[in-house]
Amino acid sequence: MIDYLREIISGTWSLFVGLGITIRYFFQPVVTVQYPYQTLPMTPRFRGHIELVKDEETGETKCIVCGMCQKACPSNCITVNGEKREGVKGKVLTEYTLDFTKCSLCGLCVESCTPSAITFSKDYNLAGVTKEAYIFDLKKRLEAKN
Amino acid sequence: MSAFAESEAKETFVLNLGPQHPATHGVLRVKLTMDGEYIAEAEPVLGYIHRMHEKMGENRTWAQFLPNTGRMDYLHALAYNHGYVSVVERAAGIEVPERAEYLRVITAELNRVSSHLLWFGAFILDLGGFSPLLYAFDDREHILDLLESVTGSRLTYCYFRFGGVYNDIDDNFVPGTRAFIKRLRERMPMYHNLVTKNIILMKRLQEVGPISAEMCRKYGATGPVCRGSGINFDVRKHEPYSVYPEFDFDVPVYDQCDSMARYMVRMDEIEQSLRIIEQALDKLPEGPVMAEKVPKILKPAKGDYYHAVETARGSFGVRVVSDGTNTPYRLKLRSPTFSNLSLFGEASQGMLLPDALALMGSLDLVIPEIDR
Ligand code: SF4
Ligand code: SF4
Repeated sequence: MIDYLREIISGTWSLFVGLGITIRYFFQPVVTVQYPYQTLPMTPRFRGHIELVKDEETGETKCIVCGMCQKACPSNCITVNGEKREGVKGKVLTEYTLDFTKCSLCGLCVESCTPSAITFSKDYNLAGVTKEAYIFDLKKRLEAKN
Repeated sequence: MSAFAESEAKETFVLNLGPQHPATHGVLRVKLTMDGEYIAEAEPVLGYIHRMHEKMGENRTWAQFLPNTGRMDYLHALAYNHGYVSVVERAAGIEVPERAEYLRVITAELNRVSSHLLWFGAFILDLGGFSPLLYAFDDREHILDLLESVTGSRLTYCYFRFGGVYNDIDDNFVPGTRAFIKRLRERMPMYHNLVTKNIILMKRLQEVGPISAEMCRKYGATGPVCRGSGINFDVRKHEPYSVYPEFDFDVPVYDQCDSMARYMVRMDEIEQSLRIIEQALDKLPEGPVMAEKVPKILKPAKGDYYHAVETARGSFGVRVVSDGTNTPYRLKLRSPTFSNLSLFGEASQGMLLPDALALMGSLDLVIPEIDR
């Protein structure tokens, strides 16, 4: 009987302790970020979808069309094509397509690229209604930025 | 115990719990044969999220399987990374620099804390208490920020590579982690006051959902489930790998065998993980984070290799069979939750439905890891 009463009292007390904690936190500043009105800065290492890097000297892509990224990708989302041109050493990039619908953002492609011709973008606000919207033509994107 | 049905089941009905049910956390379906409010039989039905990870592994190069490891147990992805890279390093005979091993341990332990915090929130949510989830996510957010700044992602990490880690840590990581450890240590008493000592929680967990040590052995349960039944087994201590032997930490073991014991094991493990991280930060050596001379196209020697790691849910083992080519011949994954779930049928027999849900929550199930 005594134990029973003691349990009721200590049990009720434990509820008040819990309530006290929630009330204390109620008066503390809000930690939630009100997205989309406020956004947080992305960390430098954030892995978004990949993007071609511009060569500062030539303004063109650094890609040498070696195909390593295409081979490294576990999900086969990269298609690279190039052609030989008169008077240019090596191949010239004609197509760089990323099928973002399959990409797992693993980063193996960026690691495998010896001339560092690709990097991660910081895009995370991606939404669309068609699948085609996610087949990115990275060459066009690079040219559009120029 | 009053929670058990007294009479023989005379009239039963079938109740489907899941595959879309908040308490089954994902797509687990449990076929329950009910006798009123009591469970006569429970049969977990798996396969709703089967993605053939093992077969995928056998169809791609060794390195291309790395991102998959983070997608099995998405709550403790780094331990899965660790298991896979360790077994391949063993197969290919790659030496890992010490700094890389320290970074692996630090990040994997941080990930373990975040996994336990999420489990804590979700478990209390299963029992009907909403606000502890928000407190746990507040703390977990700090870990995710720390890990994001070094690994580049927040949940499905893919940070370890054969021979080291992807990136060295940034300047902010060490002070940030120390500040987080201090913060979480200050918050732990709050968690205990808010939740552990709460009379409602105690009444719902104590002496509910008994899992005997015998049953754990029978089904091969590992992790906090077996440690809550008095079995002192932790891969980090008993089959040490990486640099774990250099740290001083305890393995929390409770022998009450009830849901409360499993709850307490996890809460104590958070503190032990913090201790490991602290010691690792103190001892963190300088040096490279990637072994030199790791071949770009890996072809491990012919043979059969196995490596186990301790994840937040138990022992995760990877067995690879190499035939000397650039793809694994066989890749077998042994995931802890599969065994931990298997005992649910036997353990929940005769229990009240709400108690069985408390039991299920205390097993800490991650469904994509069961189905793989
Ligand atoms: S991030 Fe991974 S999945 Fe995406 S394109 Fe690169 S290699 Fe392929
Ligand atoms: S992006 Fe890099 S790896 Fe891919 S084809 Fe171009 S140079 Fe080669």
